[in-house]
Amino acid sequence: MSTATPKPRAKWAAVGHSVPKLDAYTKVTGAAVYVDDIPAAGMLHGRTVRSTIARGRICSVTLDPAFDWSAVTVVDWRDIPGENVVALIESDQPLLAHDDVRHQDEAIVLLAHEDPEYLLEAMKHVRIEYEPLEPVLTIEDSLARKDVLYGSDNVFKTIHIERGNTAAGLASADVVVEATYRFGHQEHLYIENNGMIAVRTRDGGLHVRGSLQCPHYVHKALCRAFALPGDKVRVAQTVTGGGFGGKEEYPSMIAGHAALLAWKSGRPVRLMYDRLEDIAATTKRHPGVIHIRAGVQRDGTLVALESDIVLDGGAYATLSAVVLSRGAIHAGGPYRWPHARIHARVVATNTPPNGAFRGFGAPQTQFALECHIDRLAAELGMDPVDLRRRNALIIGDITPTGQTLHESVSAHEVLERTLEASRFHARRKEFTKANAKAEAAERAGRSSPGGRRLRRGIGCALVYHGAGFTGSGEVRLASKAAMELTEDGWPRILAGTTEIGQGTITVFAQVAAEALGLAPARVQVAEPDTARVPDSGPTVASRTLMIVGALVGECARDMRAALEGLTGKPVANEAAFRRAAKRWLQERGPLRVEAKYRKPEFIQWNEDTYQGDAYGVFSYAALVTEVEVDLDTAETRVLDVTTAQDIGKAIHPVLAAGQIEGGVLQGLGWALLEEVRWKDGRVWNAQLTNYIIPTSADAPPIHTILVENPTSLGPFGAKGVGEMPMDVPAPAVVAAIAHATGVRMTEIPVTPERLRSALRADGNTRTGR
Amino acid sequence: MSGPVTLKLRVNGRAMTLSAPPMKRLLDVLREEAHLTGAKEGCGEGECGACSVLLDGIPVNSCLVPFGQCEGARITTVEGLASGRRLSALQQAFVEMGGSQCGICTPGMLIAATALLDRKPGRVPSEDEVRTALAGNLCRCTGYQRIVDAVRAAAKPRPSGSKPGRGR
Ligand code: FES
Ligand code: FES
Repeated sequence: MSTATPKPRAKWAAVGHSVPKLDAYTKVTGAAVYVDDIPAAGMLHGRTVRSTIARGRICSVTLDPAFDWSAVTVVDWRDIPGENVVALIESDQPLLAHDDVRHQDEAIVLLAHEDPEYLLEAMKHVRIEYEPLEPVLTIEDSLARKDVLYGSDNVFKTIHIERGNTAAGLASADVVVEATYRFGHQEHLYIENNGMIAVRTRDGGLHVRGSLQCPHYVHKALCRAFALPGDKVRVAQTVTGGGFGGKEEYPSMIAGHAALLAWKSGRPVRLMYDRLEDIAATTKRHPGVIHIRAGVQRDGTLVALESDIVLDGGAYATLSAVVLSRGAIHAGGPYRWPHARIHARVVATNTPPNGAFRGFGAPQTQFALECHIDRLAAELGMDPVDLRRRNALIIGDITPTGQTLHESVSAHEVLERTLEASRFHARRKEFTKANAKAEAAERAGRSSPGGRRLRRGIGCALVYHGAGFTGSGEVRLASKAAMELTEDGWPRILAGTTEIGQGTITVFAQVAAEALGLAPARVQVAEPDTARVPDSGPTVASRTLMIVGALVGECARDMRAALEGLTGKPVANEAAFRRAAKRWLQERGPLRVEAKYRKPEFIQWNEDTYQGDAYGVFSYAALVTEVEVDLDTAETRVLDVTTAQDIGKAIHPVLAAGQIEGGVLQGLGWALLEEVRWKDGRVWNAQLTNYIIPTSADAPPIHTILVENPTSLGPFGAKGVGEMPMDVPAPAVVAAIAHATGVRMTEIPVTPERLRSALRADGNTRTGR
Repeated sequence: MSGPVTLKLRVNGRAMTLSAPPMKRLLDVLREEAHLTGAKEGCGEGECGACSVLLDGIPVNSCLVPFGQCEGARITTVEGLASGRRLSALQQAFVEMGGSQCGICTPGMLIAATALLDRKPGRVPSEDEVRTALAGNLCRCTGYQRIVDAVRAAAKPRPSGSKPGRGR
């Protein structure tokens, strides 16, 4: 295993060095306190009674009179002091279902009791009677308006992006290729299940702690549901065991439930999901269907792209419109398309709402696009790498939204570096030869040792990913970060941005330390607690470092300037900082500086036409993977992965590479293993025994190359890193399988069942040849 | 559940007398009675390994072990791996090499890896051996690469006092 990391520039003392992750000590000793580790003494346990049908009306909710309810707190929608909504973009999702049920496992009644065993028993004695309605469970049925669940046509949101004249472009192209791609749900499967603790405070407010990504989202939702002013609601994050988007919006629901039980009982309440409940009820990655028609000239110049995208949003709007937006904007991939028409819709079904998941629509659309690029290459008889080289974006190119790329464009560099490190072309030749030899031997009746018919393949993919909120999103967020001096004269960062394992605390401390002349470990990072930290916007969209990190850097520079203004001497090392800080505290009292996001001048975005600068800058990644396919079992094993990713500047190379490797493996899981199976709108494999994620034995060695092509927009040139690694593996795997077997899959995950039927259709089975 | 039983155990080198119903999961007894919350529950059905502890030196999923079977058992949880403030070589390698991200799998990983390294002290296991030994411990954050690297680095014999696993 190797990680090629750029040498730290000598001029930076903190940035670019892989200092020990600041929260690692407590994590390796077991001292870190996750929500479930908070002592339960004095608390009630909470549980959620959920719908058992996908769609219908609730006729009655009855508590079995034979059961002793005297010590059980029971909450339904009538107990909600404010509005019965989980406030997000739209206000369509209730905190507790009232008369309508729109999906399986929708929350209807909440129970709390001191004894978790008694509580489980109590759940069985809540009787809910329904008048069931025929559910709409698939995208096809939703589009066909089998029944209307939302608006007049079941479409939550439509996005249309148009550049040039696509019809004319397709007509003029030498070759036009058309295909339909499909992808399923994906469960986040953070290893820490969701959990919240809620307390009704003495002053009539709420204090909620738990596993979450976005404390200010939860805060906003609680204020609405409880009709409380902002200062009466306090939300804090506990150490969080993974999020990946899965703890972006759904925790608002769980916090609301825990808070309702605490409100009614007057006791602190802990509401911990078990794995079954977490998989069955919470959000997933949006599944969908993408139909692409693309035209190319004989010489490999891409001419026109027509992409029709439909995502399944599930029963409520949640963040679907934004996921769709990011997906649509990335639908052309990192290529020049003189003509492009991208039409994207997200529709309602009676399945649990889908939501934020690492990549946020971009993995879906770039999976389809990259598969299609390979298809175009095959049709042209061209090396798929050459087709990419010919069309990959360079500075000055224009994206489908009309954005001219001004800086930090690395599509070519990441591609070439990945190809070189993986020895792509040499390996491709070797595999082609070995596969032909194996096939010839099998035909001649000489089977390989063990009788297995194995084939190897290698595939490549190229993607890009915009960092930060789309278009004017960052302007609307108007994020803030602050920094203060502690009483002992150390700097403390105040930001609403959360550590969810990705390293926020450490990289923020590094960015601040650099400006203050301190060691990163000297910089404190306050626990995200809405009572203490400003709203830095959500911890999503690969925006933490590039947007909020930049604000942290600005605060540090301001603090340094303030201190230097006081002493008249440079603050360049720890001793100088300490002297100045102590003097400030003595002479002037507390010191707090704040920075607020300001839009760079050049970013222009038109929300109505979907034209303009969708993102300030993009990150770029290429990935090559080698696979081995067993033609008889149709199992695919990933043997090796090499990926070069341009993230502008690796503030912390080890953490950056760790983000990439983790995202890559999630992408491989999505491509090959992870499939949510449904029965009547309900997840039937809501367990780790049957929803399979990659283990260390499934995971290939991952060789990461960090490319640093800095942007003027992020701190020290850093761009986003969190999501892009998820975009790139799936199409590379599909390409590698195609190389190994000759079968080009259009649907992921490529499970053995799916591949077997494709191989059979191709005649590529033992009996078939 | 039947009434509680009282058992004597050695947990992280300390003698403990704990009372709980015999069918109560060892995981819950450790977390609730012994107040050792290092072992985590990720699935409760033996699939994720977040609850791994050493039981008489063997890594087990403590969510599957009934307390009643633990009379006289020697148990090591993640809290027992360091000596005071001094981290074990494995813990130190996890800290330095990025073996822990969100950290929820880390206690179980460390336990499984400790068991692996204890089996053949002084020998560096191959990458494949490490991957096989850790296959019962799920991690959703790291992609496992840095965990595997850290385990191998920690296995390398080194002069006392030096730090593990910087070079590659
Ligand atoms: S909680 Fe024991 S194996 Fe998952
Ligand atoms: S570090 Fe998060 S699950 Fe392993």
